[in-house]
Amino acid sequence: MSVVELPAPTRGRPWVNRKRSIRDVSTPVAIAVVLAAVANLVTGLAGPLGFYLAFVIFFAGTSLVFGLRHDKVKAIDKFATAFIVVGFATAFIPWASILVTLVQKGWPAIYGGYFTNDMAVTSADDELGMGGLSHAIFGTFLILIVASIIAIPLGILTAAYITEIRGRLSGFVRVMVQSMSGVPSVVAGLFIYATVVSRYQFSGLAGALALAILMLPTIARTAEEVLKLVPEEIRSASYALGASQMATTFRIILPSARSGLITASMLGVARVAGETAPLLLTSFYTSVFSRHLTGEPLASLPMYVFQNFTVGTDHALTRAWGGALVLLFLILMLFVVARTVAGRSRK
Amino acid sequence: MTIAFEPSTSAAPPRRKVVDSRNLGDRIFRRGVTAGALTSFVVLSFIAALLFFRGFEIFRAFGLDFITTSTWDAADGTIENATFGVAAMIVGSIVTAVIAMVVAFPFVVSSALFLEFYVTPKLKFVLVSVLDLMAAIPSIIYGLWGYLVLMPHAAGWAASINKYLGWIPIFSVDVENFDASPFVSGLVLALMILPIAMSVTREVYSRAPLDQIQAAYALGGSRWGAIRAVVLPFGRSGLVGGMLLGLGRALGETIAVLLTLNLVFEVKFQVLASAGGSVASLIASRIGEATPLELKALMAAGLVLFVLTLLVNFGASSIVARAERRVR
Repeated sequence: MSVVELPAPTRGRPWVNRKRSIRDVSTPVAIAVVLAAVANLVTGLAGPLGFYLAFVIFFAGTSLVFGLRHDKVKAIDKFATAFIVVGFATAFIPWASILVTLVQKGWPAIYGGYFTNDMAVTSADDELGMGGLSHAIFGTFLILIVASIIAIPLGILTAAYITEIRGRLSGFVRVMVQSMSGVPSVVAGLFIYATVVSRYQFSGLAGALALAILMLPTIARTAEEVLKLVPEEIRSASYALGASQMATTFRIILPSARSGLITASMLGVARVAGETAPLLLTSFYTSVFSRHLTGEPLASLPMYVFQNFTVGTDHALTRAWGGALVLLFLILMLFVVARTVAGRSRK
Repeated sequence: MTIAFEPSTSAAPPRRKVVDSRNLGDRIFRRGVTAGALTSFVVLSFIAALLFFRGFEIFRAFGLDFITTSTWDAADGTIENATFGVAAMIVGSIVTAVIAMVVAFPFVVSSALFLEFYVTPKLKFVLVSVLDLMAAIPSIIYGLWGYLVLMPHAAGWAASINKYLGWIPIFSVDVENFDASPFVSGLVLALMILPIAMSVTREVYSRAPLDQIQAAYALGGSRWGAIRAVVLPFGRSGLVGGMLLGLGRALGETIAVLLTLNLVFEVKFQVLASAGGSVASLIASRIGEATPLELKALMAAGLVLFVLTLLVNFGASSIVARAERRVR
């Protein structure tokens, strides 16, 4: 009997020839870059965007040609791959541009006092380094908190109806939630305008009501997904121990899905935090710091951006970008928190 | 070791009462949750009813003219002298949304395929997270960027499209001003609907039957061969549904369109010209200075928008639901 020495198993994906696959990708890319650079200088495809367009065309072309060295099937496969990869990459260009512009144009507006001052004594066109958006940040938080107090319980109740009560109306409720998620934000604003604002005043409470309408479906749908993941055995065990349905829901089901429900709520809040149209119709804008939820307009970050944009002068636009930067940062934070909570529950 | 066993001397515990109906607390609880779950229905019907009753006077006075003509004149605030018609706005909303769909379509398909079949799971998780975040960029930021950054570029593109393809009626213009056109806001909207349309499409593509994909490979097909033979036919309805959901979003979008579109009350199909319409933006732009009568007209316009988006979304979600049900 002879002993055969087997080579140690290779890590990764041994069936892939890494060197060759890297060469297969990089050669057409390199050729396309060169050709695109030439086209960029010679033809009308000037500028970075022209370069990119030329690159896309040449990349697809060279992929096709390189594929033809094998056969037709391979050539078409390479051609399609080039388009799919490029399509995805292209979609990211505008987003990258948005983020870069935000930081570039918004940064000059931000200074220490930006977060502690309001615009009571500063006009939108005043020199940068005066005024701030404390009133807008506070207003946004106030509106979001009130909207959450209204929408989160209702959203979770809606989800609980579908997963716990499982009544006859489950299908109907789901359709309604679906339809509600399609309500345009301006229509929600118009509704609150007609019912609340036209009778009383622009107010933070009206804004919160409008945002609650927009939040509810997001929370309900995400919460439903979360509650569905609670194992059926837990429910049965609880009933078997003689617990009532109310006790099962409030003391077993909801607590065990807690982190998922927090994520659902956060996503709901993040979705509406940047809504402008409904706030334009409900809480409107004030340049003064206000703690009042009713009786007077309340500032918010999106409306701060909008207001400064409509003024339209250089400093006002910088302020608008600054506000937008702060707003996006806030939403990003909400997202990160939501993701972290969701991630922790998965483990 | 011995175990002492003493027969129980006490009487057996009383039998537990068998209950076959819910106790009072549970009945109240079920009613309460049901009531809470019906909020969405109540809110939706309130919205529809309120917009209808507030706009009723307008519908009665103008009838079908309200959606077939396009003059918007509040005059002196009396209904006899005023004329309201939103045809241009409805057409404009649809034109802009359709541009957005046409532009977004290739990117939706390629990105969904890329994420589902071309990247490792780890990279996919990262990219999907990034896309989720992009979906959360507020429309005011899209509007700001669209107006200040995209528009100068897009106007240039529009000019060259007009120069070379101007003989096609929809690409012709009367005046050579390419700013704030349906084309520009269509591009912004395309970017805004991309994440939602992409995630729905990707979801359906990911359910493509694995055995058929592997069969395609086993027959010597390439990756594109498998996609074309299995994934694309399978995911067609999901793609349509995803695009329709995007269409619903695009129709209802207000601020980004308001910032990037020049609202003009005239039905036009010249997508590159600096004139367009949008029901949602009309409401937002007029409400500040509206007379009580014009307010009613805006409510009526709101109802039109509400019904339009409701129909589109309803169609979209039923298509998606059918596409997903077929798999299970």
